[in-house]
Amino acid sequence: MIEFLLIKVTLAGIVLFAVLNLAGFHTWVERKQSALIQDRIGANRASILGFRMLGLFHGIADAIKMFTKEDIVPAGADRTLHTLAPFFSVFFALVTFAAIPFGDQLILGGRVIDLQVARIDAALLYVFAMLSLGAYGVILAGFASRNNYAILGGLRATAQLISYEIALGIAIVGVVMVYGTMNLGDLVRAQGVMIGGWIPMWGIVTQPVAFFIFLTAALAETKRLPFDLPEGESEIIGYFVEYSGMKFGMFFLTDFLETIVAATLATTLFFGGWQVPFLLADGFHFPWGAEILVSNWVYALLGVASFSFKSFVFLFLFMQLRWTLPRFRYDQLMGLGWKVLFPIAVVNVVVTAVVMLLLEGGG
Amino acid sequence: MAVRTVRRPELTFWEKLYIPQIISGLRITLRHFFRNLFLHMLHQVGRFKDVSAMATIQYPEELRPLMSRFRSRHRLTLREDHTPRCVGCMLCETVCPAKCITIVPGEHPDPHVEKYPIRFDIDLGVCVYCGYCVEVCPEDAIRMDTGILDVAAYSREAMQLDIHELMDPTLRKPVGDCSLEFPHKCELTGGEMKGSWDMLNAPAVVTDPAEK
Repeated sequence: MIEFLLIKVTLAGIVLFAVLNLAGFHTWVERKQSALIQDRIGANRASILGFRMLGLFHGIADAIKMFTKEDIVPAGADRTLHTLAPFFSVFFALVTFAAIPFGDQLILGGRVIDLQVARIDAALLYVFAMLSLGAYGVILAGFASRNNYAILGGLRATAQLISYEIALGIAIVGVVMVYGTMNLGDLVRAQGVMIGGWIPMWGIVTQPVAFFIFLTAALAETKRLPFDLPEGESEIIGYFVEYSGMKFGMFFLTDFLETIVAATLATTLFFGGWQVPFLLADGFHFPWGAEILVSNWVYALLGVASFSFKSFVFLFLFMQLRWTLPRFRYDQLMGLGWKVLFPIAVVNVVVTAVVMLLLEGGG
Repeated sequence: MAVRTVRRPELTFWEKLYIPQIISGLRITLRHFFRNLFLHMLHQVGRFKDVSAMATIQYPEELRPLMSRFRSRHRLTLREDHTPRCVGCMLCETVCPAKCITIVPGEHPDPHVEKYPIRFDIDLGVCVYCGYCVEVCPEDAIRMDTGILDVAAYSREAMQLDIHELMDPTLRKPVGDCSLEFPHKCELTGGEMKGSWDMLNAPAVVTDPAEK
């Protein structure tokens, strides 16, 4: 029992360490990537003992600044909810990672360890439940600030998140139908099958339409450009207008955490999670007959590396999109969510069902 | 005049698909991203330094190139004997729209020169950098070509330049109280100052080298 607990705590520690550092690192990536896109240099002045390290220390400087800043609660605000809101946001963004498998099984001292914090049979439901609860942080922040702009931002966030969650959920239904499981670990395992021995049966192959709907809706869920209406820097500042110091920092962190959630989910659902093409539990089996056998450790590490690489590619893509596209107008946002993504997602489910029925009937 | 109806341009089907348009947008940003990334890396190893990867100028270390006619902080030009060319005609003080120039003229010991400025003060806190003083000067005695842009001070008094700073642009700090009597002495530097009046009293310099 103690061992089990120890393993789980270690896994949770690893995931939290990786995710939080990645989120902090993301602030640097955001600065530098946007700078390169816009022919600038980006933040490069923070230095320790004269070393600038391409501006990497700016994240540390930011953290120090945010922790030492005055924490202001507006006079008319609800103190409890105002304080609670950022914690809600970060908490639900962080617990989502528990269900996401970042590697296959690792055998350690005769013990089979799933590289996943929590093995939940309804993991997909859990993830979406947590993401939905995360919306409460935003709504509470807007409501508790007693500021019209904040309320406006909170309302926008509520409407946007609810609208796009529907498209998101229905897009996922297709994936669940194809692989027949909501357990993310099993779902990734099911994606390892090769179609005709050559093409891995990843979600992108079986559900390409769902992938694009998912990507769009997930981007909307992260509340970043081109869907940053709840924030709306140039018009209403948004739901966190009355926050200062690290409380604001937590909302900022949540943005990046949700981006990472979206990237890891896209990887898990549509790009085979930790799957490496042709890599089975005992080694590579190429369709032309060649085999390279690897040990369990190498296999597990390759899986984690594959998962990380795919997630990074998505993070890069999200960041690139964020600095490419302008913000939607509000009616366009609602139109896209309800009139485009939602019907396409439903049609995708129907078509998937029909095709599966035909394939089963034929086969 | 007939009313002309301008039709709002409709999106084509291809544009309505969003995704191709997003991809074409991504192509532009990705091109910039990778071009600048590779150029920055090449710059690190010292190659292709002449191809710039950014439009940014790292200001305090790296100064922006100025146009030759750019109007920067004023200076008083000097004669060969290092006295100011200014003859105290008061034209610049008169033309100055901001009234930031104060000149106190005095009788020059050389009979060929009518007057010289005992005081020549410019209050940069008031100056509008219009350049009229430069244009109006008959003696080419004042110019705005020092290239000094970062004029900043903690008090209004520190924004006032006196004749020392105007004659020697390398003097960036305001000079304190100095004797303005004719054999000029600056108390701060013990009288030793580039562009001061000392050379006038040395007889060898006053005479024209062509006469010798």
